[in-house]
Amino acid sequence: MGRKITIEPVTRVEGHGKVTIHLDDENNVAQTRLHIVEFRGFERFVQGRPYWEMPVLVQRLCGICPVSHHLAAAKALDVIVGAGTGEGLTPTAEKMRRLMHYGQIFQSHSLHFFHLASPDLLFGIDGDPLKRNIIGVAMENRDLAVQGVMMRKFGQEIILATAGKKIHGTGAIPGGINRHLTEVERDSFLHGPDPLNADKMIEWSLAALDFFRNYHKKNKELIDNFSVFPSNHLSLVRKDGAMDLYHGVLRAVDPSGRKILKDVDYQDYLDYIDEEVRTWSYMKFPYLKEYGKKEGWYTVGPLARCNTADFISTPLAQKELERFKAYTGGKPNCMSMHMHWARLIEVLHAAEMMKELLMDPDIVKGELVTKGKKTSQGVGLIEAPRGTLFHHYKINDRDQIIMANLIVSTTNNNQPMNEAVSYIAKSYMTGRQEITEPMMNAVEVGIRAYDPCLSCATHAFGQMPLEISLYDAGGNLLDVKRK
Amino acid sequence: MPDDKQILIYAYGNPGRQDDGLGNRFVEKIGEWIRKENLPNIDRESNYQLNIEDAETISGKDIVIFVDASDEDIEDFRLSEVTPSEGRPEFTTHAASPSFILTLCRRLFNKYPRTYLLQIRGYKWEFMEGLSAGAEKNLAMALDFIQKKLTDKMFLEEIPTGQNTR
Repeated sequence: MGRKITIEPVTRVEGHGKVTIHLDDENNVAQTRLHIVEFRGFERFVQGRPYWEMPVLVQRLCGICPVSHHLAAAKALDVIVGAGTGEGLTPTAEKMRRLMHYGQIFQSHSLHFFHLASPDLLFGIDGDPLKRNIIGVAMENRDLAVQGVMMRKFGQEIILATAGKKIHGTGAIPGGINRHLTEVERDSFLHGPDPLNADKMIEWSLAALDFFRNYHKKNKELIDNFSVFPSNHLSLVRKDGAMDLYHGVLRAVDPSGRKILKDVDYQDYLDYIDEEVRTWSYMKFPYLKEYGKKEGWYTVGPLARCNTADFISTPLAQKELERFKAYTGGKPNCMSMHMHWARLIEVLHAAEMMKELLMDPDIVKGELVTKGKKTSQGVGLIEAPRGTLFHHYKINDRDQIIMANLIVSTTNNNQPMNEAVSYIAKSYMTGRQEITEPMMNAVEVGIRAYDPCLSCATHAFGQMPLEISLYDAGGNLLDVKRK
Repeated sequence: MPDDKQILIYAYGNPGRQDDGLGNRFVEKIGEWIRKENLPNIDRESNYQLNIEDAETISGKDIVIFVDASDEDIEDFRLSEVTPSEGRPEFTTHAASPSFILTLCRRLFNKYPRTYLLQIRGYKWEFMEGLSAGAEKNLAMALDFIQKKLTDKMFLEEIPTGQNTR
């Protein structure tokens, strides 16, 4: 008789997810699913609201990456107000937005790596759960924990200076930006006392990569084999193929590295991407139309971006990307735990970009807004910390939103997260009769590599305890475990 | 009023969820009072939620008062002292407790301030801005209480300045 094991909800992963693992008669894993069971329906909430409210309103979607939603909405509205599709803004507006975005990437990735993922690395997936957290990291490796805190603080300060507020920033507006950086702010970010200056952030980003590389050397089996499965990868890239987290064209590659989406204009994303609804999850499953539901799903986020980009424009991150690509002989890297490596490459790239932008005179002077002929719809894409984020709006002649379609990073990663959970379940659960805490954490580690935030995908919020339920094939509950 | 104590009043909550914005409103109002009374030693901050970098923010202070809306069964407001927690930390990227922040501060910086949590009773939590009438009333009472505390020599003098290492 087959059995069903349910792990719900997952911890250190935001929002409400549960994992069901179906065992067959021999206790082999027959099927695994990551279910998203909460729903908030933001796309409906915004209908009827004036379009110019969107960059502020949509920040309520997510407590982790409100800036990404702020900027994706602003980019979609740039199109609506006739300011072009990402290339019509004034130099000041584009650079201020980029600075805001790289500040967001920097702080979010720092939080993700140092405070959500590093406990698993420092203490092991089967480490003592009482130690396997950021307080444990602080006690074990205080310098690492302090660096994580201060890197996040630096990114947050960049956001405050560019967006104007920590809560619901207002910096990006349809067609541009509403402020310059002051010279005092710029000088402080560039030359402020340690550690809150751009050079120290670059130094610490390099140190974080060293930490990961050393860890990888000693824990090759875990990092390389924890979860590996072939996947397509999708992201924005600059027109010349460089990594670009703010703007570009859409590119996807298959597991062999072949381009299967060839640098297309994202205004036409509906020609290329569709979303499948499955009865057992509120989160949809996006896929490339040309390749169908079964073969067309893709991964987004740091790993995908390092796989799709030909190169990185900043020198230190480029050097690390070369190492990253060499590790798989130039083929796309499909090892889930290498997401952390890719994330740290982007941390370094963001640190270099922030310095480059801070040194640009356009940041402190110049025109802020572009005006043009209004249109009735627009699409804005951005590479949010956890992956490609789509905002698409249509308005009526009274300037009200009549349609909103948001495909958030977590939704784009729905199938890959399911694949990762399935892979891990097979590794950890096959032949086992009982769920242990390390097994539960292993599943979470897999999800966490992609995304600590399920909430924006279904727009749920809150912290949930971990609960495991064990069912037999007839749906009878055999066991429940909570932590 | 002793002016050598470095004090931070730090509110958190979502002003887009009615009374969840009580703390943010508290900080706005007390900011007006701080300006009027010219009290440069009192800083104020408000945010959507507490997060890890707040451990650094509070590390240089003598006294920190966190302010949050509450749906607990309290009459109007409640001030309680917060101590570091040595148990399993409660932390998600969406929510960190004052106790977690205090514990992290202690572990990272080997010191922590005397810390209080001011909870102000709220009643309505829908997706809209603006406080309910009941919350406004509790806010006024809490403001009056904290203003008196901040000018109370006894309250301030029991905390040794610059010796918050524990």
